[in-house]
Amino acid sequence: MSESARKEHEMNKLSLFLGCVIPNRYPGIEKSTKLCLEKLDIDCVDLEGASCCPAPGILRSFDKTTWLVLSSRNISLTEDLGRDMLTICNGCYGSLADANNELKADEDLKESVNSHLAAVDREFKGTQDIRHITEFLYQEIEPENIRELVTNPLKIRVAVHYGCHLLKPSKGRVGMSVERPSFFDELVEATGAVSVDYPDKMECCGAGGGVRSALSDEALALTEHKLSMIEAAGVECIVNACPFCHMQLDVGQTDLNERDGTEHSIPVLHYTQLLGLAFGYTVEELGIDLNSTLNKAFFEMIEDRP
Amino acid sequence: MSATNGSTFLSRLDKTGTDILKCMHCGVCTGSCPSGRHTSLNVRNLLRKARKGESVLSDETLWTCTTCYNCQERCPRGIDIVDAIFEIRAIAVHEGIILKEHRTVGKLLVEHGHAVPINAENEAKREALGMDALPPTVHSFPDALSEVKKLIANCKFDELMSNE
Repeated sequence: MSESARKEHEMNKLSLFLGCVIPNRYPGIEKSTKLCLEKLDIDCVDLEGASCCPAPGILRSFDKTTWLVLSSRNISLTEDLGRDMLTICNGCYGSLADANNELKADEDLKESVNSHLAAVDREFKGTQDIRHITEFLYQEIEPENIRELVTNPLKIRVAVHYGCHLLKPSKGRVGMSVERPSFFDELVEATGAVSVDYPDKMECCGAGGGVRSALSDEALALTEHKLSMIEAAGVECIVNACPFCHMQLDVGQTDLNERDGTEHSIPVLHYTQLLGLAFGYTVEELGIDLNSTLNKAFFEMIEDRP
Repeated sequence: MSATNGSTFLSRLDKTGTDILKCMHCGVCTGSCPSGRHTSLNVRNLLRKARKGESVLSDETLWTCTTCYNCQERCPRGIDIVDAIFEIRAIAVHEGIILKEHRTVGKLLVEHGHAVPINAENEAKREALGMDALPPTVHSFPDALSEVKKLIANCKFDELMSNE
């Protein structure tokens, strides 16, 4: 890694916000993230005692005050550490970044939230930023520096799924293109993989907004369409940056197979799992074999790599 | 505008009520909607219904929006459409109109501080990966969970999610 890049990222000390789905449904992603952060020499500690972000699409739909109060409590934890918060889920990123932005921009709202937080001796100050691991790696570490650290380049074709809340609403994000972004593809290609373009690449997985939790058939209709586009593109796996998309695309395949007798079998990997493979870790170490959709041929291909 | 039923309803929306009135019915929102490709959600119609009044609160398609923000990003009138949907949903929930599965998720947050809490299967997965059975979140820190529960109670979110 170049001296300038190293200096740059030493300025960004981080705390790791886990959220709900990663630690409680896909712990392999939590482990992969830690292995990758260590390999990249990024100073990041657990954000101990954090709760649900809370989930943007549904809890925010129920009661905005509760959403803001709980998210500001999580942010106050990272403020106490004097660290920016690193998220590894689009939903957590969206929820916490939106709350952080709204509270930083509106003194009255901040005061009102702080009157709630005072009950537990906490305060939202507005001193830290919320980061998502993909935009953080892209902007602070840069794909070329990641490529230099790759020991086991992946010779695979990948369908990148950005997910919605990584980029939108653009008024609260980091200025990446919403319609045709490329930063995530560049990160994926730093592992040696090829990011294959496909129709409706920017389309939603179907899970968000409480649709997965209450209207699973409607959610699956979106998922099925997305999967059909990915399957037609001829790829070895899907790579995402969000455990909720991950779950929808992974469990969605087994749900569709059970319901319709189909044979969907595309492995679904979080970016940190793909990067972990390129750093030489095994499928088992990264928990990729703990998915709902298992593809033996993919595992064998990874094991047989040089 | 006179105080018809519709404008009275829009005045209950926090910021987006006057925004909705800017709609020129071009349909870019509906044409951009990935949910609408596969479900009966028609975003333009939903907003038009909100202009007319409270019947929007019981419109089932209010809950088929995945909050992907395509409509909001592309709206030529700059209407914060998804923000409006959030606000309309919140009014519905406060009037007791909520899907039972969503109430269940809300209750999980009230009880555990996680909308998706740990279970035995995933504790075992964590251990198999060489990790602690419980993550270093509110799951491992009872004092932190107490804080969260106190904040939830002060916001009366527990009451909102109860069946009463």
